[in-house]
Amino acid sequence: MMPKGDMPQATRRRFLIDTAALAGAAGVGFALATSPASATPASMRAAIRRVIGEAAVNKGRIKIDLPPLIENGNAVPLTLTCESPMTADNHVKAIHVFTEKNPQPNVISIRLGPRAGRATVSTRMRLADSQKVVAIAQMSDGSFWSDELEVVVTLAACLEGVL
Amino acid sequence: MARALINVPAKAKRGDVIEIKTLISHTMETGFRPDSSGKLMPRDIITDFVCKYNGEEIFRAELFPAIAANPFIVFSTIATESGSLTFEWTGDNGFAASGSANITVE
Repeated sequence: MMPKGDMPQATRRRFLIDTAALAGAAGVGFALATSPASATPASMRAAIRRVIGEAAVNKGRIKIDLPPLIENGNAVPLTLTCESPMTADNHVKAIHVFTEKNPQPNVISIRLGPRAGRATVSTRMRLADSQKVVAIAQMSDGSFWSDELEVVVTLAACLEGVL
Repeated sequence: MARALINVPAKAKRGDVIEIKTLISHTMETGFRPDSSGKLMPRDIITDFVCKYNGEEIFRAELFPAIAANPFIVFSTIATESGSLTFEWTGDNGFAASGSANITVE
């Protein structure tokens, strides 16, 4: 006959295993259910390649400014600042912004030139999830520079229905 | 016609970098949101924004659904000469809006 103490322990172990399995399954199910409506890191990479071609991208010279913790993803202030003298032969030609998990990876593509005086642009963007935002600047000499930022979003944009 | 707000300094010194702020009323419907019956509402966004200074293009942006409703864009330019800045927004379903602002450069 089994000692009295064994049975509850076995049940607890069984319970823990089952719970873990369930949680795992739920996690996979959740990921599957949410994935069709969002761009993935792979599709972000593809979108970047579509815009800038096969060029090598260096880190630096551009800075993304976004709040690190975002309560409402429907309108998030975004500022892009490039280090550039903005002269006729050394200026920023274009700035592109991409996201990992919005339904579509592209956010904005900006073209500017030496007449901008300063390579700083601000706008307001939507964020569908906590994710990585990438900005890429194209300089007049043809080089590409990037910055990326992880943001946390508590109320997502885009996916909610109309009430 | 959509309401546009444009903020350009009325006066500037030649060579100064001036900041230009623009805001236009538009829903920027993403095309990813279901309506009350569960059907996706068709995309309706502004796709392009162009600013010209005395006829010469100084700034252009291509917008995607990830831009928030009522697109707000801030950029800068060098005050080169007196004249006008014109702003044009174009988008889905034949959307077109424009505005202008005058500047005196001393």
